[in-house]
Amino acid sequence: MKISFVKIIIFSFIVFLLVVFWRGLKIDNNYNTKSLIGSRISNFQLSEINDDDQYISEEDLKKNKYTLINFFASWCAPCRTEHKYLLNLLNKNKEIKIIGINFKDKKFNVNNFLNELGNPYNFVGKDIDGKISILFGIYGIPESILINNELTVIKKIIGPIDEIQYDDIIKLIQ
Amino acid sequence: MKVKIFFFIIYFLFLAPLYSNDEKTKLLEIYKNLRCLVCQGQSIADSNSDFAATIKLVVQDHVNKGKTTDEIYSFLISKYGEWIVYQPTLSKNNLILWVLPYFVFIVGGWIIFIILRKSKDNKAN
Repeated sequence: MKISFVKIIIFSFIVFLLVVFWRGLKIDNNYNTKSLIGSRISNFQLSEINDDDQYISEEDLKKNKYTLINFFASWCAPCRTEHKYLLNLLNKNKEIKIIGINFKDKKFNVNNFLNELGNPYNFVGKDIDGKISILFGIYGIPESILINNELTVIKKIIGPIDEIQYDDIIKLIQ
Repeated sequence: MKVKIFFFIIYFLFLAPLYSNDEKTKLLEIYKNLRCLVCQGQSIADSNSDFAATIKLVVQDHVNKGKTTDEIYSFLISKYGEWIVYQPTLSKNNLILWVLPYFVFIVGGWIIFIILRKSKDNKAN
């Protein structure tokens, strides 16, 4: 029986398409930040929420063994649920410094928020128009980034820090 | 002097808007190729979300600083990964994606050519 070359090509192409679609179904298309682990934090300068003359840059973060950069806002409900874990981190670990970056918020509301729940931050910076958040690859609030003294991203947490994430941070900094 | 003023007015009336339109077109092109990460199937150009508004501000800043389109894409890819651009850059992972359409076009054309030639031969016989 003679099978034409054209038929073989069409058959191979159909098989190829089926394999591609089958593999495509198994690929996770949700956005994740796995690719950002290991990347470095780039140039930034962050003004203090209550004092424009006071600011920090990446050079200051190199002095800390570990830094957790937490993006929060007073209008963000999940930020309230993660607050206790941030306070725990500050109280129980001297290896880690916590930098809070306040996202698109009002100074009065931020101060009220921190007075009410406690201040877990070694420094609170402001990001009034959200541009600084883009430098850190943030796309929602709350988000946290754990970096080492080489400014390399070790962990990125999207959403509020919960018990599992908290334990993970503790393991990573020990 | 009058001639100079005349050309000055012409410049501002006709040429300046052209430049600003060029910039607007460039911005729109960039926005259209950026994925809104917090939206369902929308580009930055289509979305009114907070995230899209911030990305637009950052892109505008970069364009004002004279950065090229590729530099802006590279910056955003370094922050959010390649998922943020609709048109990914050529790499070994997506090589098939780039080559396949040309391959299908050439092989498809060749198959059609063979079929047509066969049918012609059959008719001639």
